[in-house]
Amino acid sequence: MAGTALRGRLTWQTAAVTAVTRETASVVTIGLNPPDWPGHQAGQHLEVRLTADDGYQAEREYSIASAPGELVEITVERLEGGEVSPYLTEDLRAGDELELRGPIAQYFVWEPGDGGPLMLVAGGSGVVPLRSILRHRLRTGSDAQARLLYSARTLPDVIYRDELDRGHDGVQVSYTLTRGQPPGWTGHTGRINQALLAEVAWPAETNPLAYICGPTSFVETAAAGLVGLGYPPERVKTERFGATGGH
Amino acid sequence: MDAVDGNAIGGLLVDVFGGEMTLAGSICGTCGARRPVAELVVYRRAPGTVVCCRTCGSVLMVFVKARGVTCVDLSGLASLGQPERL
Repeated sequence: MAGTALRGRLTWQTAAVTAVTRETASVVTIGLNPPDWPGHQAGQHLEVRLTADDGYQAEREYSIASAPGELVEITVERLEGGEVSPYLTEDLRAGDELELRGPIAQYFVWEPGDGGPLMLVAGGSGVVPLRSILRHRLRTGSDAQARLLYSARTLPDVIYRDELDRGHDGVQVSYTLTRGQPPGWTGHTGRINQALLAEVAWPAETNPLAYICGPTSFVETAAAGLVGLGYPPERVKTERFGATGGH
Repeated sequence: MDAVDGNAIGGLLVDVFGGEMTLAGSICGTCGARRPVAELVVYRRAPGTVVCCRTCGSVLMVFVKARGVTCVDLSGLASLGQPERL
């Protein structure tokens, strides 16, 4: 029942697509202008609903890529054989409309009052909610120091690379490339493991707050690794989005 | 089939419980493990969603959607926290 939004309910609405920006060969960022957006926290999701001509509907949750107060953006990776992501990454254009609702999920969120130092660990498109957190940190002038460890297949698969490489005070970004490295690559290689975490992560004595997002097996490895380094489990927040392979 | 976690079903949980549930606490009825719903193991295969304990693997919640109606089985839980207002 369009137009009869009940307070306190999550209501579907039709947003205009303001921009579609290609990030990598398989990833796009979609700018959205929902007419009734209550504001979101860094790390939250929104849900997208596609309706086929025969009435079949498919719904998917995506992490919001932008910071609170910015235009709403999601970043979507194409999954082969997916019902929703091929349309969003290949067919959607600025000026189209997209049905969505949100924001959703309040566990994997960061507010400046939560402090730091922040240990952010991303596998593939798991970097999306962490980008929202980093932008929120920058926009609010938070003095929480942050480190991002980002595992990607190859350098061209790194999402937001220009933004991450721009460099911001108090933010250190490390990449590990799992499938191939450009000539002269001096960064990390291979899948994330305890030794890499020990080298890159804040020492547990600094009382860091960790956010890990990626494919399920990646998150399990990273979370176990940080707890093994002495991070209290309640300071390690995790979000798993299933297998996409290759991180 | 690959598991995700409770973060991924925030929308479904709002539909069922009428509020934000990923922060809500849960207690496994089998082993007594306590966790926020966000940290539970979730298997999604339409039309069903199965939520399991990360400690002992027991089934805690099952949601099955058919013809616009969601059937909910919470019998694996000893306790589930209140939804938060959206």
